Amino acid sequence: MSRSGEEVWKNSTEKINSELFTLTYGSVVAQLCSDYNNNYNLVNKQLDSMGYNIGIRLIEEFLAKTGAARCHTMKETAEIILKVGFKMFLNITPQVDNWSLDNRQFSLILNENPLADFVELPSDAKDLWYSQILCGVLRGALHMVQLDVSVWFVKDVLKGDDITELKLKLNKILKDEVPAGED
Amino acid sequence: MKVYAIYILNKAGGLIYQNDINPGLNKLSANDYLVLAGTIHGVHAIASKLKPTEFEPSSKPFGGEKEIPIESSATFSSSISVRDSTINNDVVNGRWNNPNTNNTGLRSIETDLFNVYVFQSLTGIKFILITSPNPIVHNVASLNLKINKGELNRQFDLAKEIFHNIYVTYSDYVMKDPFYSLEMPIKNNLFDSKIRELAK
Repeated sequence: MSRSGEEVWKNSTEKINSELFTLTYGSVVAQLCSDYNNNYNLVNKQLDSMGYNIGIRLIEEFLAKTGAARCHTMKETAEIILKVGFKMFLNITPQVDNWSLDNRQFSLILNENPLADFVELPSDAKDLWYSQILCGVLRGALHMVQLDVSVWFVKDVLKGDDITELKLKLNKILKDEVPAGED
Repeated sequence: MKVYAIYILNKAGGLIYQNDINPGLNKLSANDYLVLAGTIHGVHAIASKLKPTEFEPSSKPFGGEKEIPIESSATFSSSISVRDSTINNDVVNGRWNNPNTNNTGLRSIETDLFNVYVFQSLTGIKFILITSPNPIVHNVASLNLKINKGELNRQFDLAKEIFHNIYVTYSDYVMKDPFYSLEMPIKNNLFDSKIRELAK
């Protein structure tokens, strides 16, 4: 199914060694923890805002290389994020689950998480959402295509949960910001 | 087709990048360029609202290659969403699509001296291309119209190709420049040289 993400991943993205990526991200988180004196709420916030700034730029590459058109339902949005977005940038395909009744909220389940390979959290780091940057990236990228969303972690295998799960909720569609000239 | 110049407009219609790639176009004053950018932005927005009351989209939109089956104008909006979801199915299934979302706005201006093409991304960035005119536009009367139309489409397709390459280059060299702030003028030598390469 996910050939496109696969193809973009194979043909048009720059690749780096995944261990280098994991270790670099780990160093960033570790440095933030020491900068904020292990105040993990602040670390989460900072990771989220770093992710946001990545997301608002990353979306252009995503659109340029895939040619995705505007989605009309959140189901479609979810499918594109999972099968194309995650595949293209991280070479993973998370699963979608737990749709809310109004179809505005769903869960992303990460079976593998390249950010968190080799990671063990210290026992006092209960408040830290290690991969919080992903939330920011999704929020930033979707904001640029005029979707105001909230994204947050609910479970993380690093904390002993059985799965790693993110929630994504659509707050509103920023209709005023949709550029003229679309259908 | 010769590309004279490439302009990039931010969401608000401000000129953030300008590159006169090939000589052949005379220079305007700096202020005139800003006015030109703003005017195209405005005309594009107004043109998107301008449509016949019995509106049917052209059978071959700039953004997609497929014919859209449209039974009547009443089913128009649903047909559009059908088309859009097929586009995204294509994306999921591995077919490449053109990232241009400029479907109802101003797409091109053709004159005897130059052509203008307008591309818009989903995020609202506009790329504008100024090129040499259609080669046989002067002979419309004497030539077979069919040939002329093919030529027009060819130039249109070329512009489409160039736009895609510019957009990819923009996402790689401008978006990944840590010193660039969004919506601000682009001053980036690497991007300049890449743009120059692909528009030769």
